[in-house]
Amino acid sequence: MAKYKTDSFLLPIVSIVLGLLCGAVVLLLGGYDPFAAYSALFAKVTGNAYDVGETLRQITPLMLTGLAVAFAFRTGMFNIGVEGQFVMGMTGASLVGILFSLPGYIHAPLAVLAGALFGGLWAAIVGFLKAKRGINEVIVCIMLNWVALYLSNNLIQSLLMEPGQQRSRDVADSASVSIAGLLGFFDNARVHWGMPIALLCVAFFYVYLWKTKQGYELRAIGHSPTAAEYAGMNIPFNMVKTMAISGMFAGLAGAFEVLGVFHYQSVISSLPGYGFDGIAVALLGMNHPFGILLSSTLFGSLNYGSSGMSFATGAPPEVVRIVFGSIIFFIAAQGIVRLLLVKTRVIPGKKVS
Amino acid sequence: MLNITLVYSTALVLASLGGILSEKSGVENVGLEGLMTVGAFTAAVSVHFMQTHWQLAGTSLWIGVGAAVAAGSLFSLIHAVAAITFKSNQVISGIVINFLAAGSTLYLVKLLFEGSATTDTLSVVFSKVDIPFLSSIPFLGPALFSAYPTTYLALLLVGAVYFVLFKTPAGLRLRATGEHPGAVDTLGISVYRIRYLAVMASGALAGLGGAAITLTTTSNFTYNTISGQGFIALAVMIFGKWNPFGALGAAMFFGFAQAIGSILQIYSWADGIPREYIYMLPYVLTVLVLVGVIGKARPPGAIGKIYDPTAR
Amino acid sequence: MNEAPLAAELVRITKRFPGITANDGIDLRLRKGEIHALLGENGAGKSTLMNILFGLYQPDEGTIRIAGNPVEISNPRRAIELGIGMVHQHFKLVQPFTVTENIILGMEPTKDVRIDYKAAAREVAEISKQYGMYVDPFARIEQISVGMQQRVEILKALYRKADILIFDEPTAVLTPQEIVELLAILKKLAREGKSIILITHKLKEIMEAADTVTVIRRGKVVETLPVAGADPSILAEKMVGRNVSFSLDKRDPSIGSETLTVQDLTCLNAQGQPALNGLSFAVRAGEILGIAGVDGNGQTELVEAITGLRKIESGSIRLNGRDVTGWKPRKVTRAGVAHIPEDRHKHGLVLDFTMSENLVLQTYDQPEFTGKGFLKKNAIDEHAEKLISGFDVRTPSIRTPSRALSGGNQQKAIIAREIDRDPDLLIAAQPTRGLDVGAIEFVHRQLVRHRDRGKAVLLVSFELDEILNVADRIAVIYGGRIVGEVYPRDTNDKELGLMMAGGSTKSGGSELG
Repeated sequence: MAKYKTDSFLLPIVSIVLGLLCGAVVLLLGGYDPFAAYSALFAKVTGNAYDVGETLRQITPLMLTGLAVAFAFRTGMFNIGVEGQFVMGMTGASLVGILFSLPGYIHAPLAVLAGALFGGLWAAIVGFLKAKRGINEVIVCIMLNWVALYLSNNLIQSLLMEPGQQRSRDVADSASVSIAGLLGFFDNARVHWGMPIALLCVAFFYVYLWKTKQGYELRAIGHSPTAAEYAGMNIPFNMVKTMAISGMFAGLAGAFEVLGVFHYQSVISSLPGYGFDGIAVALLGMNHPFGILLSSTLFGSLNYGSSGMSFATGAPPEVVRIVFGSIIFFIAAQGIVRLLLVKTRVIPGKKVS
Repeated sequence: MLNITLVYSTALVLASLGGILSEKSGVENVGLEGLMTVGAFTAAVSVHFMQTHWQLAGTSLWIGVGAAVAAGSLFSLIHAVAAITFKSNQVISGIVINFLAAGSTLYLVKLLFEGSATTDTLSVVFSKVDIPFLSSIPFLGPALFSAYPTTYLALLLVGAVYFVLFKTPAGLRLRATGEHPGAVDTLGISVYRIRYLAVMASGALAGLGGAAITLTTTSNFTYNTISGQGFIALAVMIFGKWNPFGALGAAMFFGFAQAIGSILQIYSWADGIPREYIYMLPYVLTVLVLVGVIGKARPPGAIGKIYDPTAR
Repeated sequence: MNEAPLAAELVRITKRFPGITANDGIDLRLRKGEIHALLGENGAGKSTLMNILFGLYQPDEGTIRIAGNPVEISNPRRAIELGIGMVHQHFKLVQPFTVTENIILGMEPTKDVRIDYKAAAREVAEISKQYGMYVDPFARIEQISVGMQQRVEILKALYRKADILIFDEPTAVLTPQEIVELLAILKKLAREGKSIILITHKLKEIMEAADTVTVIRRGKVVETLPVAGADPSILAEKMVGRNVSFSLDKRDPSIGSETLTVQDLTCLNAQGQPALNGLSFAVRAGEILGIAGVDGNGQTELVEAITGLRKIESGSIRLNGRDVTGWKPRKVTRAGVAHIPEDRHKHGLVLDFTMSENLVLQTYDQPEFTGKGFLKKNAIDEHAEKLISGFDVRTPSIRTPSRALSGGNQQKAIIAREIDRDPDLLIAAQPTRGLDVGAIEFVHRQLVRHRDRGKAVLLVSFELDEILNVADRIAVIYGGRIVGEVYPRDTNDKELGLMMAGGSTKSGGSELG
């Protein structure tokens, strides 16, 4: 992973500025006014209580999928299967949320748990195959993404279908995790328990990896599997464990979308994209929980605000993707930023030869 | 039907060939998806304008192919500059490509087509070419010897890439760069130059793969024209053990598994099987084959590792 | 003294890196047909200087003249054009490629567009014969011996018509016999008019093969003098800057009972071939047993088998009487075994971990460092402070990533960690690889201290001198078996070298009681 040096507070900030600049250039080329566009975006995010609430809603799944990807990366694995684990999480939550009828204080947690477990198990398969047979996790993840898609669709269609529509029946009220009380405060934005829980997950990630014995092992394996082996750590077991935990984060993301936002699960024709976006969020957040907190906020805000920008100025919302991609580019190729800062005398140049 | 799966496999083969070239030189390229998107977009848009404004028909298609190749190649420079010159993490810069490609292509589509997220449908696209005599063989003929020009091109390229990689000095040096860049560098050969060329070639091939989809079956470009093929191409590359013929086999296997689904739909006894399980087949089969047969696939030795010649 | 023309001149070469001046005004004159040794410790600046000559670095100050003409060597390609070739310490060979492919890479003979492999193999065979260096053109690098790999490296330079050859620590991986062969090759090349620079820290080789020696210390030239008539101990003093004692000051061992008993051990290597073939030996408490042998004869597998990292096909391992055959690594560690691994970067440390994290790498799950699943940070930090001061590990803080430390300090940290556990059996595999004289002395002293505490030490090393100096008893490994056991005072280089190459055997341990 790219490593910062001490002058590195500047790096993310400059990268964000440069990314926004790239977006501005693209807007100009298309005949749009960047100032108007960006202010419309900002206004959409912060304008009123509803928008703030919805922005938070937008951020939540990204935070969780970002944590999922980062957790796996930290322990040496590339979980490109977060998409599939997310979908399985949705499915698990739907199954429990729709098919069962239980009192509220059991039903909702159970449904959330089911989502997490479905995601975790789906990911554990990948971990198992890598641990046992050395099979490259990238292929298995990609394959399982699609299997998850079709499997979920099938389960919805056979067990949960809402007649006449391409989606499941509504989730039982007792399984919903919307925060009814706050709904008024945020003017009916779809706030839900997933938001505070996502923050808890950030904390969990940090504490688990850096303060516990298990986290010590996972980090060792991620940095140096050979040294970890010599230290007696059980690598295959930890591979499966890592993927399982990563998948649980992803499953949670899906579960909350079903139980807190839509209250049903659609039959989908293609993968939702939260998993791939999670990769970007994780990378921009340097695979660190606090970084992910910030990068998911940035990305979620950009995403939500893009509709406001589009509405106000007509600029296609895809500009936001270009901005985010550019930011990551500048962070990744930090040499470019450093060169720029040296040339503009912001930081002293070091003599290298 | 069989038609569509062959086209699908063609695109996979082309993109995975690109992946092979890049990765064999030591540069991981998870941006194949984005590069295919760029190629598909460029092909659709350029051909559209050529057909509507310049009234070109057949030739426009080949120019469109060329444009897609050029666009993919240029776009891949983003990855190359970041990963090679600025020594960024290669996975990150690959993901950057995906993001930027998705964003910029759709942005441009909306700009050029009055806010619509889909390009106008092309009036003329590639039609199948029959190989004389062989394509008249009953049953097998139409299936195997009547295909789009892009498919034949892909097959030629498989052989060409294999030849270059394993029989020519350029290929030897490229493979050496992916295994032990230090060896190449201390022999006075430019590691940077080889990797740049390899990445640009991968962009060209992936772009071609994207064009192969747009200019044959879909006839237009929209947000889900390329949805996942680039990642499947990665799987095909790994499955084929970074060998062009291996990738061809893997892509055909994949396409074949998809075709089984279409074939089964003909038979009434298969009606009971839910459609989704049939769609799942290629993916499940791939995993099963991996588990049973392939096992460990060994990537090029120096893949993903940043080469810094000044490091002591 | 021959007044042959100057093949190369390095004049007042200076090279600075952040924080250190690697080369400080160095002068070096290489005459045609001479073997010029560059003597210095690790970190003295020898490699930097040669990297400049080969175009991998550019000097900050100074000039280079080749055959009298000032040149700028901006990259290896230019160096090769100027007739300079380098045989690297860590071979730059592409493992899955064949010998031929490695040699012709970049200068491939072609027929149309294709590589003409037939012509290539022919040319390789020709120069191989011309210089008397046998290689198998069609073998893959991953299959051939280290000695042959080195010959491939040399042929690479000769294929490109190099007149100036730089050899960087070439004998590190060779048997005594292969070293003799290599030195003969060097002399032959010199006779044919090649000019050779030999980078080394081994005085014996310099005395045998070199014509001139330039001693470098801390980036500066100490002296350049002809080898004929030079006194090795004075050279050593110049290299290190102080009086160097070659032999360790140690008491006679007081031997106790058998700590480690290995009986008929058979293990397979990665290719499925037997790496250990019915191997037996024993180490007793209070003694240092040195396993001497050339790399690749089973040492790595032996250590892995004892520490639980490799599957044992047959045979047994007993520790203090207990059968530990096939035990998992952690269990073996708990049973009282500590291990200083031969590759400290790969196996000894997690380089990205901090010092305090690394110092509990073997013990983090013990109750003193972990409670209720959580790491006890204070205990871990205290432990780290204790070890760092006790073993004089130079590090800015316990929070420094281990990557930032020098090789010597990294090794000290590993030794501190392992010895602190007070193991009954301490295994040290290549413990002084890449360390400078001061660090080497430290390591040896620690090993002796440990055995003086009545513990058993198993020392595995490719450096014969180290074995002869440190070990109380020597066992020679060849082809996966122990082919001889001797006492250091009863034997010498030549005899050991013979055994290491499978030449003769001395009967097993029973004779020595």
